[in-house]
Amino acid sequence: MIYDVIIIGGGVTGCCIARNLSKYDLKIALLEKEADIASGTTKANSGVVHAGFASPREYVKRDVCIKGNKLYTQAFEELNFSFQRIGSFVVALEDNQIKKLEEQRRQGTQDGVPGLEVILDKKKIKYMEPNLTDDVVGVLHAPTAGIVSPYGMTYALAENAAMNGVKFFRNQKVRRIKHQNYTFIIKTKDKEFKATNVINAAGVYGAKISKMVGLDYFDIMPRKGEYILFDRNAMHLNKILFPTPTKVSKGILVCPTVSGNTFVGPNAQNITDKKDLATTEAGLKEILEGGRHLVPNLPVRASIRNFAGLRAVPDTYDFIIDNTDVFGFINVVGILSPGLTSCYAIAERVSEFLELLGANMTIKEDYNPIRPKPEKFKDFSKIELDKKIKEDPAWGRIICRCETIPEKEILNALHSPVGATTVDGIKFRCRPGMGRCQGGFCRPRLIEILSRELNIPYEEVMKTGEETNFLVAKTKEIVLRSLEGGSEE
Amino acid sequence: MSESSVSVVKVIRCIVCPTGCQIQAISKGSDIVFEGYACERGLEYAKQEFYEPKRILTTTIRVEDGFLPLIPVRTDKPILKDRLREALNEIAKTVVKAPVKMGDILIENILDLDSNLIASRDLVKK
Amino acid sequence: MKKYKSDVVVIGAGAAGLAAAIEVKKAGLEVLLIERDKELGGITLQCIHNGFGLKEFEEELTGPEYVQRFINQVKELKIPYLLDSMVIEITKEKLVYAVNRNEGLIEIKAKTIILAMGCREKTRGAINIPGFRPAGIYTAGQAQRFVNIEGYLPGNTYVILGSGDIGMIMARRLTWEGCKVKAVVEIQSYVSGLLRNQVQCLEDYDIPLITGFTVTKIHGHERIKGVTISKVSRNFDRIIGSDKFIECDTLLLSVGLIPENELTLEAGAEISQNGGPLVDENLETTIDGIFACGNVLQVHDLVDMVTAEAKRAGKNAIEYLDTRYGKELKKQKTFKCISGENVGYVKPDVINKEDIAKDIHFTFRVKYPARRVLIQFKDENNNVIYSRKKIYVIPSEMIELNLNLEEANVNPKSKSITIEVIPRPEVLIEED
Repeated sequence: MIYDVIIIGGGVTGCCIARNLSKYDLKIALLEKEADIASGTTKANSGVVHAGFASPREYVKRDVCIKGNKLYTQAFEELNFSFQRIGSFVVALEDNQIKKLEEQRRQGTQDGVPGLEVILDKKKIKYMEPNLTDDVVGVLHAPTAGIVSPYGMTYALAENAAMNGVKFFRNQKVRRIKHQNYTFIIKTKDKEFKATNVINAAGVYGAKISKMVGLDYFDIMPRKGEYILFDRNAMHLNKILFPTPTKVSKGILVCPTVSGNTFVGPNAQNITDKKDLATTEAGLKEILEGGRHLVPNLPVRASIRNFAGLRAVPDTYDFIIDNTDVFGFINVVGILSPGLTSCYAIAERVSEFLELLGANMTIKEDYNPIRPKPEKFKDFSKIELDKKIKEDPAWGRIICRCETIPEKEILNALHSPVGATTVDGIKFRCRPGMGRCQGGFCRPRLIEILSRELNIPYEEVMKTGEETNFLVAKTKEIVLRSLEGGSEE
Repeated sequence: MSESSVSVVKVIRCIVCPTGCQIQAISKGSDIVFEGYACERGLEYAKQEFYEPKRILTTTIRVEDGFLPLIPVRTDKPILKDRLREALNEIAKTVVKAPVKMGDILIENILDLDSNLIASRDLVKK
Repeated sequence: MKKYKSDVVVIGAGAAGLAAAIEVKKAGLEVLLIERDKELGGITLQCIHNGFGLKEFEEELTGPEYVQRFINQVKELKIPYLLDSMVIEITKEKLVYAVNRNEGLIEIKAKTIILAMGCREKTRGAINIPGFRPAGIYTAGQAQRFVNIEGYLPGNTYVILGSGDIGMIMARRLTWEGCKVKAVVEIQSYVSGLLRNQVQCLEDYDIPLITGFTVTKIHGHERIKGVTISKVSRNFDRIIGSDKFIECDTLLLSVGLIPENELTLEAGAEISQNGGPLVDENLETTIDGIFACGNVLQVHDLVDMVTAEAKRAGKNAIEYLDTRYGKELKKQKTFKCISGENVGYVKPDVINKEDIAKDIHFTFRVKYPARRVLIQFKDENNNVIYSRKKIYVIPSEMIELNLNLEEANVNPKSKSITIEVIPRPEVLIEED
């Protein structure tokens, strides 16, 4: 079997490309090295859909970001993920920063970013966002900016792609790529895949994959960003709050999430270890201090989690979206911020490349762009709820108290196309364990359900992937083993 | 050993009350005397801890066909501290059948320590 | 939709809920117990160690034995209960909504409600330990449930952060199950659990107790591979150069408990500084006819204390039904109870002036340990209305006392009563 297209990398970029290509009459596969899709940068970023005025004009990322923002409206209608256009503020704390805001407004408006407005009326600003510091002197308001669940959207993209025929292979770390007779042969630990075209969407590993076909014209460095997440009831923000930007980053923001939490972060540390997702004492301090410039009364005591994510920073600082010199090999790498915003526009660009490469871009008759909205306990009225439980008792067993998640939603997350296979996979799909108790009540119950549904022993239920088991033995087993071994204490 | 040799053999932290007296067991010639206790109960405790420390053992036993895979158990009297590990090994090897009632003797006179292992709760069949 | 009604609905069938329900049923009133787990008994079921019941039964029992006695009574008294049932909403009108697999959505019209949902454990996020997020990090209570109830061991080698009682008891429990506990690490300079547990759970097994240190980094990408611990300053800042690495495959957190008050909040009751609902001397929340008891109100040291409080809540609910139910609410004048020097919180939060002649049961905790102290109650004008000496106070030991405010000659016009724990004056003189 030779695929028309193989996509390497199951982050938001890879899954968005897969879903966009799934409308064409193509045989497509996606390979992900981790146990689940959306496991890298996609899992831990700010979840902001940018308006598009922030990147320098000479960069391709400015163009795809502005286009990508607009494409969210249709994607949201078709894919039913959580997305809200709540608007953003770039906050000036000193008078000399206003000039910068004015310039961004002027250039942004010229380039097609709708609704940009510099607001200097402090009363109005505070009315729009009461939590903002009293030190504010002005803001640039971008009404088209929004918040999205990055992994939620990625699951939606993957589900819809799978519905339309894309094959997903997880736990498939690419080891070698051979290119002969216009065919790519991709080797993983236990499988071999063949394809006419390959799309490299491997995130922080993008340069490594590119080198496998001899393309060595860029490098990718990971940059770590740390975050602190606050409890849902602790604070309610209306707007995404950015500081006036510096050269390194858009700065530490304070932002609501689609689930009603608030977070602060990220900082920006250039690192070398691509697995370094450790949060640090200094980093957590830094982001709290940074966040306090914007929101002085951050609810520090209501913090429920800290985490870090990596951004794939290319040495060109711009997105690398290339139909490369190796015929049929497309690089889509270095997709740092605003990659989440840009993914739909990037995916369209990739379709154009494939057309140039001679792929069959006929739209399938049975293509279905709709991914149905996942049913949620919380969305039901009392009467609907009663009916639902009578139809399927799994709606009536609450597994997660903090987020009110019934067993049925967990079963749906397990059995959906490209469904969860791990506890974190379930957690990120339907939120049990995301609440303030962080899994205290639901974890034993999740392990029980995974063990039953996947037909594996408790000790083989994993948190994220290989070697991340929760339990090591049955009670008494360690004592019995020591007795057998004769190493009795 | 001369009549006058005096040495602290052991320091026992009293747990009878939150005050937490440090009671010293002192060897005076051939005798052991206790110092540093604030009450009679403390002295009793220190003597017991010095000569024959004992503990109630509380653990679980595996259950066949039970509503749960384990049943909590305890010894009905304190047993010698030095024999706890042996008792635990014996218990690890044991499997009982549901149903079980609280107070049921699950291992009689465990290791001949003059104590029975009893069930801490009811456990019905699966 | 299934509909029930009951004089009293008790939410949570752990130690508190069981005792409250029994109290109400014995008075001949209808009561319904609602429990989210698959059996009655709550968290006490997983506390298989002994040390329970000395106050309530005057004999030493294990947790399951203690709670089994109440379960037996519930069954003898034929108190109805719902298992595997989660309460999803409580309204001010005292409608309780719950769901379970068999009955779907259930609406219960209650005349009064007793909240007995217990507490939950603080997590890593709540204390913000930096580092990786590998598998193998548990709260001590979660590990206790796995080991004692579900029948699984979470790891082979452990570090336990926090010297709370559950942490120390788990150290012994895991040692008995053949696991290795490398250390118990405590950020404070003193142990937060009972001395008895320090001796019998740690010292008996030569498990190192490291005070004044905390976990500052978690190592390992997949499963945890170890932790860095560091000495901390008085303000709990890490002291540079004091890092030590301890290899382990599991980290247990025993860093404190918080009352579980999601439902209480959603119902619109006020929550006070300890995380439990604001209550008066009758254990009544700010919603008329809704009472709270046990760890949902305040975290107790001993289950016996939970039982005593639950019985009081039951009695007060009965009295409410006898005298106040269905009658118009009248605004009462109150004393506000204020936490003064070295007092973390006080229950009750307010006292109705109408009850000035009754014995009021006060419970509170100090913020830090102190020796040779004076416990003082003062009214608004700083007049001392009560004082008592105590040799030693520590945050992990709740202080309980009964006080009749009238007999204590409180100024009835005072708006507040302040409780403080201060050094005894003679000690100051001694130090001079």
